[in-house]
Amino acid sequence: MTLPEMKSKVMEEAQVRTQKRLAEGVYRLELSAPEHARHALPGQFVQVQVKSPGVFLRRPLGLAEADTESGSVALIYREVGKGTAALAALRPGEQVNLLGPLGQGFRMDVQHPLLVGGGMGLSPLLCYAQHLWRHGAQPEVLMGGRTAAELFWQDLFAPYAAAIHLTTDDGSLGRQGFVTALLPELLAEGGYDSVAACGPEIMMRGVAKVAQEQGLPCEVSLERRMGCGLGACLSCAIDTAHGRRKVCKDGPVFPAEEVFC
Amino acid sequence: MQDNLLSTSFCGIRMNTPVLTASGTFGFGEEFADFVALSRLGGVCVKGTTLAPRRGNEGVRIAETAGGAGMLNCIGLENPGADIFLQETLPRLTKYSMNIIVNISGSTPEDYGTLAEKLDVPGVAAIELNISCPNVREGGIVFGTDPRAAAQVTAEAKSHTGKPVIVKLSPNVTDIKVMARAVEEAGADAISLINTLLGMEIDIRTRKPVLGNVTGGLSGPCVKPVALRMVYEARQAVSLPLIGMGGITCWQDAVQFFLAGADAVAVGTANFVNPAVTMEICDGLEAYLQANGMKNIRELIGALEQ
Repeated sequence: MTLPEMKSKVMEEAQVRTQKRLAEGVYRLELSAPEHARHALPGQFVQVQVKSPGVFLRRPLGLAEADTESGSVALIYREVGKGTAALAALRPGEQVNLLGPLGQGFRMDVQHPLLVGGGMGLSPLLCYAQHLWRHGAQPEVLMGGRTAAELFWQDLFAPYAAAIHLTTDDGSLGRQGFVTALLPELLAEGGYDSVAACGPEIMMRGVAKVAQEQGLPCEVSLERRMGCGLGACLSCAIDTAHGRRKVCKDGPVFPAEEVFC
Repeated sequence: MQDNLLSTSFCGIRMNTPVLTASGTFGFGEEFADFVALSRLGGVCVKGTTLAPRRGNEGVRIAETAGGAGMLNCIGLENPGADIFLQETLPRLTKYSMNIIVNISGSTPEDYGTLAEKLDVPGVAAIELNISCPNVREGGIVFGTDPRAAAQVTAEAKSHTGKPVIVKLSPNVTDIKVMARAVEEAGADAISLINTLLGMEIDIRTRKPVLGNVTGGLSGPCVKPVALRMVYEARQAVSLPLIGMGGITCWQDAVQFFLAGADAVAVGTANFVNPAVTMEICDGLEAYLQANGMKNIRELIGALEQ
């Protein structure tokens, strides 16, 4: 397996291969986008331009999968507004324009990380798990949802994870409670070398705190409204331990201690 | 070279094309180097610069609006300050051989003088006075809506620099002609217009303003007719060179601005949607000039038939 080549960003017309409903309001869009597939690193995102009336700006979406051999990338998204509704309306053969791959992804120099995610935050972690697995690492996954129905992600992660740990708010699947209910004991016993988290910010803060207590490096992937995705408009500027940074260009993945301080 | 069709001179600045990028929408240019031949642009108006660093506004800073025809922003002039720009950013930009126009903002007229003087250095092609930022409390739009204040700021900058001074006008005024004349009389070398229109959006679910700063600047295709009208009016009022901007997304829009009397155009929000849009506009303008038997863009400027 060769490492993805580092290359500059591109704009690419991507053709829809499949559009599949994964759960209520959640879709997986597979696109033929060889340039993106070749160069994408896990944790990076794309700015998607849907040519639909009423949609102007591009929409930032984390890459959920990237496969060099088939030249395809996949986006997993929840239909929440006009942009994602237009995405959900796309059918095989139709085109969208991708700008990317953008931003800084997750570190690849790990062997046994625990990936912790909730909701759509699991999407970039899936890409991470895939890449790690293909490079011989042994990622494990801890995923949390409100109910069992939200943990449809299990099947997607299964081929790329050494183990999958589950929590639900209502106890309908796995341990009852948030991911942070299970995290301390997992980290204490699992022999992990790092933690990566993506999901609601409150969850990521909780995960980062536990990881820090256990002395494990933790990366988090942040989400902000974006304009350009190129670091120009400053819509997504944040405070960090090293001063002002842009989520689109300097992130979206940051070491937790740089952004949660 | 085909770009001879588009080559022009603006305030004594040689430009390969009359297509520039608008401040705040194009960073420092380098962010777009993967998509744009920066030296082909007439110039890059870099992110608004102030004396001290500014962190900008809190909360949501950007929102799509106007049925997908516009965008609101309230960045609030986040920038590292003039000293960092001069020490770190500007040296990094020299390799691109582009005309760098530094957009400056101050809280007092004296700030504009100080900034203009600091930036009177090699590598800076011109200064653009932002007297119309709607997103900062102090200064900003006050200078842009009061003709006397606008004239004072212009004179202050002019007296502190040998660089061409371009004054960027706000559309949030009753009569743009009054503002244009005021800055012309105060010694401006050129005028750019328009900055954003003040706007607002409310989330009906939370009943709260969408933007962290409550109001913001409206840009994008929905403002183009307003911008075009104001360029047309300013052209009647002053003899200064004009940079027309506001909602330009394609070469056809640019042609309209030239016909209305703009000597150059700037592209803003459209850069977010298509980072290569300025190159497409240049190509389109060349084809249009050729198809109409014109030898240079100057033949198109102000060629509106009435």
